[in-house]
Amino acid sequence: MPHIKLPEGLQGIRGALAFRPATAKPLNELAEVLLHAPNSLTAGERELIATYVSYLNDCYFCQTVHGAIAAAHLNDDEELVRRVKADFQYADISKKLKALLVIAGKVQRGGKQVTAADVDEARKTGATDIEIHDTVLIAAAFCMFNRYVDGLATWQPHDEALYRERAKRTAREGYVATSRDYLPQHEAAKQGA
Amino acid sequence: MPHIALPPDLPGISAGFAFRPETAKPMRELAHILLFESNSLTSGERELIATYVSTLNDCYFCAASHGAAAACHLDNDATVKQVQTSFSQAPISAKLKHLLTIAGKVQQGGKNVTAEDVAAARAEGATDLEIHDTVLIAAAFCMYNRYVDGLGTWQPRDESMYAQMGAHLAREGYKTPSLRPAAT
Repeated sequence: MPHIKLPEGLQGIRGALAFRPATAKPLNELAEVLLHAPNSLTAGERELIATYVSYLNDCYFCQTVHGAIAAAHLNDDEELVRRVKADFQYADISKKLKALLVIAGKVQRGGKQVTAADVDEARKTGATDIEIHDTVLIAAAFCMFNRYVDGLATWQPHDEALYRERAKRTAREGYVATSRDYLPQHEAAKQGA
Repeated sequence: MPHIALPPDLPGISAGFAFRPETAKPMRELAHILLFESNSLTSGERELIATYVSTLNDCYFCAASHGAAAACHLDNDATVKQVQTSFSQAPISAKLKHLLTIAGKVQQGGKNVTAEDVAAARAEGATDLEIHDTVLIAAAFCMYNRYVDGLGTWQPRDESMYAQMGAHLAREGYKTPSLRPAAT
């Protein structure tokens, strides 16, 4: 049971976001810029970083949702998503993404864990400054989202089919557009403005 | 030295914000709502929560700047230092002590917060919204702290700079930069 009285019938972060639409707005906008807006890292790659960090933080809801969105971006390759979580060094992903996942894993433990050598390694595989920046910030942001979802003990039904279906729409339309599904209407209208 | 080519002369998160304005906007707005906009928890109380979590995460820049903002709101520097070292002895309300306990659990991981922690806060008068905001402030500083340290930002040991930032944050909030690049 959630620690506070959240709106019923909304899973994971949706219940928390609907409880407090004022903070939902910047939270969704941050996810939109980091994961959905055009970027030299594909949306699939960025969702894999989010999934990996959520897995390290042991957040069921976030790793399942973002894993499903990653798969939706990556030709429904759920096996690849599982492999990235289990041992990304052996997954069929670029050397650059592997180096960025190393950085993301360090950020998950603490910002100071990231070393100049980690960053040099990523740069050797072609990572740009903005890609390194976004990797650090995606990993940091999921250390927030994961704690928000679990810290309120939100409702997280174990129903992969539900998340898989919804993920397709989030992959297509992004985080701000789909927030109209669960945010109170007048707030949702403001978000579109 | 920062890990990437951040604008020079800007310390801590200011450099990350200037490097990537698209992500700075929602990050500033989130801090503004959580710490500055009117709330049944005072800005001083919320800045203490932010300072405490930043101290646990060992983020010098965030602990110094939010500690300065808290000191400005509370007009009391000693209380801030006491909250950082041992909040149970600090001259703050029993409610805030219970909220700081929850914030400390969130810093370790969301699942560490127990129903007992929440019941104890509620017994001292904490509302659902105050508990929500405490969890989100603590979670958000687990982001800001990692962002600031994960980029290897410049964090000068300069008390007067943080005092100046804290005064701006306490007066204006988070929507506009609290420091501008040094005039040349």
